[in-house]
Amino acid sequence: MDEEYDCIVLGTGLTECILSGLLSVEGKKVLHIDRNDYYGAECASLNLDQLWNKFRPGQTPPESIGRNRDYNVDLVPKFMMANGEIIRFLTHTDVTRYLEFKQIAGSYVFASGKIYKVPSTEVEAVTSSLFGLFEKRRAKKFFEFIQSYREDDPSTHQGLNLDKNTMIDVYTKFGLAPASQEFLGHAMALHLDDGYINQPARETIEKIRLYAASMARYGKSPYLYPLYGLGEMPQGFARYPISLSAIYGGTYMLDKKVDEIVYDSEGKVSGVRSGDEVAKTKLVICDPSYASNKVRTVGSVVRAICILDHPIPNTSDADSVQVVIPQGQIGRKHDVYVACVSSAHNVCAKDKYLAIVSTIVEGNGNPEQELEAGFKLLGPIREKFVSVSPLEEPLADGKDDQVFISRSYDATSHFETVCDDVHDLYKRITGQPLVLKQRSTQEQEQAEMAA
Amino acid sequence: MAARQQQQQGASTQGKTYQFKLVLLGESAVGKSSLVMRFVKDHFDEYRESTIGAAFLAQTISLDDNTTVKFEIWDTAGQERYKSLAPMYYRNANCAVVVYDITQSASLEKAKAWVNELQRQADPNIVIALAGNKSDLDSRRAVETETAQAYADEAGLLFFETSAKTAHNVTQLFTSIAKRMPLDQLADQSRNKNKGLNPRGVDLSRPTNPNNCAC
Ligand SMILES: Nc1nc2c(ncn2[C@@H]2O[C@H](COP(=O)(O)OP(=O)(O)O)[C@@H](O)[C@H]2O)c(=O)[nH]1
Ligand SMILES: [Mg+2]
Repeated sequence: MDEEYDCIVLGTGLTECILSGLLSVEGKKVLHIDRNDYYGAECASLNLDQLWNKFRPGQTPPESIGRNRDYNVDLVPKFMMANGEIIRFLTHTDVTRYLEFKQIAGSYVFASGKIYKVPSTEVEAVTSSLFGLFEKRRAKKFFEFIQSYREDDPSTHQGLNLDKNTMIDVYTKFGLAPASQEFLGHAMALHLDDGYINQPARETIEKIRLYAASMARYGKSPYLYPLYGLGEMPQGFARYPISLSAIYGGTYMLDKKVDEIVYDSEGKVSGVRSGDEVAKTKLVICDPSYASNKVRTVGSVVRAICILDHPIPNTSDADSVQVVIPQGQIGRKHDVYVACVSSAHNVCAKDKYLAIVSTIVEGNGNPEQELEAGFKLLGPIREKFVSVSPLEEPLADGKDDQVFISRSYDATSHFETVCDDVHDLYKRITGQPLVLKQRSTQEQEQAEMAA
Repeated sequence: MAARQQQQQGASTQGKTYQFKLVLLGESAVGKSSLVMRFVKDHFDEYRESTIGAAFLAQTISLDDNTTVKFEIWDTAGQERYKSLAPMYYRNANCAVVVYDITQSASLEKAKAWVNELQRQADPNIVIALAGNKSDLDSRRAVETETAQAYADEAGLLFFETSAKTAHNVTQLFTSIAKRMPLDQLADQSRNKNKGLNPRGVDLSRPTNPNNCAC
């Protein structure tokens, strides 16, 4: 380890592994360290032994829930939007070669005490019993607007200016009732709270379009999920520079403690110390847990990992679902999410289901209680692991000390904000925008032949 | 087992091609990458940088006129050095070559540890071959053939002493793995629905959904 590197990356979370891979492919000599003996940091997928070790040290998992190796339990509940930026990262870096994906079977929203499938096209809007209760025609008009909207064709804008008009203006124009607003803003735009209503409409419209386009791509839900769990993604990004025959494949060290980030007299980073060893570098990328004195906490998320013996009730026995419980339905300021996957995704033993219930912590009381509305949808819970994680972000942009810190995995149900962070970090680090180039198959094959 | 069976497209034969994932394991510098290079490209490079390896290489072996085995070979690319080999690496491996260096007795102990790891983590039907590499360095031998053979017999492994440098036993090693693969069982594709003919659940590069018009 006592060498000089172009870049040292601390933590093997998805953000860190994507950046480390990109820099390796650009010819940088990268050392990548994690204090854990597994890949993935906060977005790892753990087997049973690792899970118990983390949440119930000293105890052993009951034999009846299945074999250790059958489990890959995610720590954060996130799915991939089928038309999202994360898919571009995966396809344009060739990481898809190592991974298999499946659709999440259903996307649901909680309304008036029941759960409904989320409609996402005008056709579904008129057939959905959710809108059946309200205002099918108006919803249909809104979906038609969303689907025909073209930025360069003002005749499709219906007199709206998405940068000036707020989302409430848009709802008013289409005469959409509060229940529909809640549905569109929370179950489709996937906003976590109601702050968006008074913001310019563009962001929300784009989010709804992303949802609808992702839905249209494969059909059952807007989401994809990697077999064997989310932890496969950082592993894939850690490996892909090798398949592209990067000069430096990137050196990965797991289970290696990191004692401090070392600075020179001007406060710029000069290396990373582990015990007596110091690896030299002028550039560090890390997750917030490796630079706790350089981040602030902006909130916290409570997550409960639940092992079930049955699918989530009222989802037609779907092998995987997302359920959004909008804040307004349960007298909260933030939505509660339920994300469920199962043995169909090779993440648990046969006939078992893994559900994560999560929300942003609001009160000062017992955070687990804030998840109650989600627990109610699950039926009997076999095992439950509750954790509260701070949402941390860097104090500075990293340009002064050359220590670039990622953000914590937030409470959103997908990886779009993670991709935003990667783009943002890349620009801060290199001064250039990140351009993902589609690699031709031929190029890949040549790279392999040269290996 | 997660193998893929393909009907060969070539005009000349009617035969079947079976595809398997093969991984290499063993201590750093025992010659894993060199064995792959010898097998795939019939080439040996004395001065190769030991950490660099190709992630994927493929090589086919014809067992008879009707049967071809295609190995999709994964090399560690140095990740074994710092305990950082990803579980993804040996996930769904159908066969493994665990390599030691006959001039380093510690490397055989390391190989045994890898065999244990595979038997714990990998597919229970995985075919494992033990390769005592660098057989050309017989003058510096530290592991007797009989010692390794006895261990291989006991653990149920195929065993060869090989030399990536001289090509000694390299083809034999891979051919005997190919012969050991349970090909007839694979004919029953219904058992491998998930991972069989269409291993990819969703093809990310081909977005189409006939029932739904994209907006
Ligand atoms: N004499 C001899 N040297 C070998 C043989 N195989 C590999 N080497 C050398 O051993 C070193 C490590 O080989 P490499 O394939 O990179 O090992 P790996 O780290 O296990 O992939 C290189 O210098 C090779 O040239 C062999 O069969 N005989
Ligand atoms: Mg190698």
